[in-house]
Amino acid sequence: MITAERKPLEELIEYIKPFKRILLLGCNECVTVCAAGGRKEVGMLASGLQMARLKSGTSVEIQQHTIERQCDPEYVEELASMIDGADAVLSMACGCGVQQIAMRYKDKPVFPALNTKFMGASERQGVWAERCQGCGDCLLGITGGICPISRCAKQLMNGPCGGSTTGKCEISEDVDCAWQLIWDRLKTLGLTERYLDIIPAKDWRTGGGSGPRKIIREDLAE
Amino acid sequence: MKTESNLEKILAAGHLAVTSECGPPRGCKPDEVIKKSNYLKGIVDAVNVTDNQTAMVRMSSLAASVIVKQQGLNPLFQITCRDRNRLAMQADIIGAYSLGIDTMLCLSGDHTKFGDHPQAMNVHDIDSIQMIQMVRDMRDKSIFQGGAELKGAPKMFIGAAANPFADPFELRVMRLAKKIAAGADFIQTQCIFNVDKFEKWMEGVRKLGLHKKCYILAGVTPCKSLGAAKYMSKRVPGMDVPQEVIDRMSSVPKDKQAEEGVAICVETIKRLKKVEGVAGFHIMAIEWEEKVEEICERAGLLPRPQV
Repeated sequence: MITAERKPLEELIEYIKPFKRILLLGCNECVTVCAAGGRKEVGMLASGLQMARLKSGTSVEIQQHTIERQCDPEYVEELASMIDGADAVLSMACGCGVQQIAMRYKDKPVFPALNTKFMGASERQGVWAERCQGCGDCLLGITGGICPISRCAKQLMNGPCGGSTTGKCEISEDVDCAWQLIWDRLKTLGLTERYLDIIPAKDWRTGGGSGPRKIIREDLAE
Repeated sequence: MKTESNLEKILAAGHLAVTSECGPPRGCKPDEVIKKSNYLKGIVDAVNVTDNQTAMVRMSSLAASVIVKQQGLNPLFQITCRDRNRLAMQADIIGAYSLGIDTMLCLSGDHTKFGDHPQAMNVHDIDSIQMIQMVRDMRDKSIFQGGAELKGAPKMFIGAAANPFADPFELRVMRLAKKIAAGADFIQTQCIFNVDKFEKWMEGVRKLGLHKKCYILAGVTPCKSLGAAKYMSKRVPGMDVPQEVIDRMSSVPKDKQAEEGVAICVETIKRLKKVEGVAGFHIMAIEWEEKVEEICERAGLLPRPQV
């Protein structure tokens, strides 16, 4: 999923300073799962902003609403009347959701309440870690199911650098060496000789090197 | 012979090669490069010129290599994958060769986290093994990495690094095999303090016959002080400084530690000379280049052969 974290309250207060009626908009997908921008977080942020504005003596009307998917035009379309009644939108979706609102409601200011972080997975309660960089040409089939692009600090495709120590990356003891994980997996699977195959230089065109990417499915596109 | 490189000639003639290092200055101070070069003139077969080592901005390795060359030494031009994409790398390799630089070392590079620009994006468009392949293809097939024909191919003698002390240990010989398969002509290893472990690694290297497919230069470093030994042991990723070395450095008074560091280095070289498959030495006397001559002299590596 796409993970995100809320921006500092001060930054958000600054964004909405000139406005009296705010639509605070949550999203029910990824950001709900990573506890950054779902219904619950919308409620908490609304109280935080209200309190800050009360303190500064400038009241604000905050309408709270959470939709199924802010990245989906169908759901975003349904917001039309609600957005009419607001001076600005504060979106608690990932960057995709924020932009969907901005593109659809061209004359309405929209601000991001979150910093979108990475595509990751949950390691345990309250901990998410990066797992994919969307390179567009998945290597997991030859690297034992562990991604060297997103999990090696140097994106090494052909083995560990000289900084790998007792399973950890040279940048931090909190980061596993991706190539130690890959090697352990290859051993378990009895595929160690596969390590000797040189993975050729990547064609980054699929990974954003040729500009903004798009998927067009002829069978589905209208 | 694949190239005109002095280092290749020395190695091909069966001599133990000696290389050392020159870290470029953090400012427009060509005099510092000249000073370091003068310490090494006539002492070593090639001088590694590091590329923004420890991820700190310095004079570019290409510019400093040219200055080293102007002093009559043979620069060994280092390139990391951290700072350049494949276009910039190939441009610099062509530029280097056009300026008479025929020997290079392909490295991943220290992570920016350790340097003075932790805010910077790490490039890593290609990795060190893919860089080796690219340079070999430029030289032997006269093609650019992208596939187009390259007129005026750079005939580089291609080096790579190996760290026998990093983990997973069992993978380290295979990683060397992979670098050789990619096209590495010679290898410079991480600084060796743990000779037992290095010998174990070399056993694995010989088992696969890798020492016959490429030249392995054993890396050594003289410790300037007990503090330096401790720093390398604890703070430098992938370094293995055994307790005996620390103990030996701390067993002598502070003003004798530098001398002890040199003595350990000389003994290490003498021991490594007996290891089958060691084709030479890479002496990394960081900011202590003036000591390289004494180390070489005492280790019986002088005079350098003329080839």
